[in-house]
Amino acid sequence: MLIQLSHGGGGGATAQLVQSVFAGRFKNPYLQRMEDSAVIDLNGPLAYTTDSFVITPLFFPGGDIGRLAIAGTVNDLLMMGARPRFLTAGFILEEGLAIADLERIAESMAQAAAEAGVELVAADTKVVEGKGGLYINTSGLGPIDSLHPVRANLAQPGDAILVSGPLGDHQACIMSQRMGIQNGIQSDVAPLNGPVRALLDQGLAVHCLRDATRGGLTTVLNELAATSGCAAELEEAAIPVRPETRALCEVLGLDPLTMANEGKFVAIVAAEAADQALDILKQCPQSAGACRIGTMTAGSGVILNTRIGGRRRLNIPWYEGLPRIC
Amino acid sequence: MIEPVTMPMPAAPRTIEEARAILAQDHGPRLTLMEVCGTHTSAIAASGLRALLPTSVRLVSGPGCPVCVTPSSYIDRLCELALQPGHLVLCFGDLIRVPGHHSSLSEAMAGGGQVRMIYSPLDALKVCQDNPNLTIVMAAVGFETTAPSYALLLKRAIAGDIRNLRLLTALRRMPPALDLLCAADNAIDGFLAPGHVSAILGSKAYEPFAAQYHKPFVIAGFQPTEVLIGIARLVQLCRREKERQAEDDLADDRDWSEIVENLYPAIVRPEGNPRAQAVLAEVFRYEPAVWRGLGEIDESGYRLAGDFAAYDAGPLEAGIEQELPGCKCGDMMLGRLEPRDCPLFGKTCRPDHPVGPCMVSSEGVCGIHYRYSEQGY
Repeated sequence: MLIQLSHGGGGGATAQLVQSVFAGRFKNPYLQRMEDSAVIDLNGPLAYTTDSFVITPLFFPGGDIGRLAIAGTVNDLLMMGARPRFLTAGFILEEGLAIADLERIAESMAQAAAEAGVELVAADTKVVEGKGGLYINTSGLGPIDSLHPVRANLAQPGDAILVSGPLGDHQACIMSQRMGIQNGIQSDVAPLNGPVRALLDQGLAVHCLRDATRGGLTTVLNELAATSGCAAELEEAAIPVRPETRALCEVLGLDPLTMANEGKFVAIVAAEAADQALDILKQCPQSAGACRIGTMTAGSGVILNTRIGGRRRLNIPWYEGLPRIC
Repeated sequence: MIEPVTMPMPAAPRTIEEARAILAQDHGPRLTLMEVCGTHTSAIAASGLRALLPTSVRLVSGPGCPVCVTPSSYIDRLCELALQPGHLVLCFGDLIRVPGHHSSLSEAMAGGGQVRMIYSPLDALKVCQDNPNLTIVMAAVGFETTAPSYALLLKRAIAGDIRNLRLLTALRRMPPALDLLCAADNAIDGFLAPGHVSAILGSKAYEPFAAQYHKPFVIAGFQPTEVLIGIARLVQLCRREKERQAEDDLADDRDWSEIVENLYPAIVRPEGNPRAQAVLAEVFRYEPAVWRGLGEIDESGYRLAGDFAAYDAGPLEAGIEQELPGCKCGDMMLGRLEPRDCPLFGKTCRPDHPVGPCMVSSEGVCGIHYRYSEQGY
């Protein structure tokens, strides 16, 4: 069965689609009331965010657009020191999309939401003409309850820079899929509640958190350094990248440090908390490959001390990298 | 043969530490070395290798970025074809954003043009089979490294009776450009030779240049360590050669092959790759070709020959390459200038608005310098 324009008409076909695909998978008192809005009760301060997900292919090794739509928004809440609680989702379906695929995606969203401990409290579906595509917007809400404030402007010279695991896998996976390259690279897409809440709940002096999504580590650190008014100095040899991802990047002329991750984050923590933070991260399955990769220093920008003893700046890429000719 | 009285050839460095020591101890009149290949330029920038060079060694970049030397008129023609009903253009990713005179392929796509990015030229066969009603135009850009795969593509197309494929060629040969570089007044003392191109041509291909122009060549791989060791070795060879030439050791019977050194023997053999050379000779003939920034160079282009000419998407209009006033890309590719010497660099010429060819591609020297310099925004 394929999605047809009539599935978006608001009549019986729409109701049937919502019932068969979504209602059984997202069971909670908020949704079950089937009202125009969810009524929720939360005390501030609250973190509130939204993101739209447009990815080809819809299914890829390690995940799918549904898991991505949950993890992306949950992770943005976590990075503010919030405890993610409620999500909304908007689906834009193109006619021709297989309903079986939509069911798989809804199932994957339900699973990711359970992992992340969030409830989907409102949702909407529209159908447009097209070629079987699917776009999802999610927004999320959660109370900020970390002991210390976590903000982009709080990094200080001397702070340790940690990453939660090997970089570049998500984009390397998607590129391989789009180009028909056979390899074992999997997307790292995952909600990061485990490691982030472990850090925050220990009351460690975590100054900044950011998930290294589009633009990768390079972009995140440039932003944090600029906002905090200091520099980041990294040791190339300490930055984790899986051999298979590194090999793909070398062949295509891409830089894993500017490539997107969907389940990795950067933590900037006070020097004295660095060892304990790293230990905590290594104990969580999602951040078992965590490493300390550098230190915040006085100055500006991001500096890389390379393996051969050279030194250079890491600048924010102008465009997403494209595979080269030779 | 007259035995030289000069110091014996020093041993080549084998480790990062030995290479760094050679560079750290180097002194004397300034040496200018050129890395010909864009992949080397990229590796040098990414590894921060310049920080390890003494003030006595200057590195300049050559014309070894295939996208950068591709004429604007070629991009214009690709855009026209992409927008023509019944046509689909296939290309590598780094061609997509290169500006022609009027637009880039990226802009043509936004205007409804049919363009698809591929990973290997052989991917074109399946696209042809899947789209029998479309004319598939393969953008064939590159040097000796890439040209054999286009040759192979056409042989397979003929064998599989695929008729809806056309190649718009801007394939270039490196030796005629090297000759131009050696002869130009650019004070280059030695060359880091392109590793991939050398794999096809063989290390012997550089011996005639060494003999004619008395300049050392070192062939190196692309790992940062290999590049560092290659540059340190090139410094050793250049210093020794300067000393010999100061002693007037330019005897006709000198064995000039000793200043061509292959540090990439796992990939590069003295004779190169005979199978690749044979397929190139079968499918292509040489023709004069325009290099963006350098102008027309005799015998430097590959054109489809014999039966293969039926797959040719046609020649380009012989337009004159008009670069914008002030653009110094030609001087850049001849090693006369570095990006920071160009008044447009980082000002009117930026990756989001490239004026000249060296800024357009991921392997163009100005684009690389911009990305890795403090001027990156």
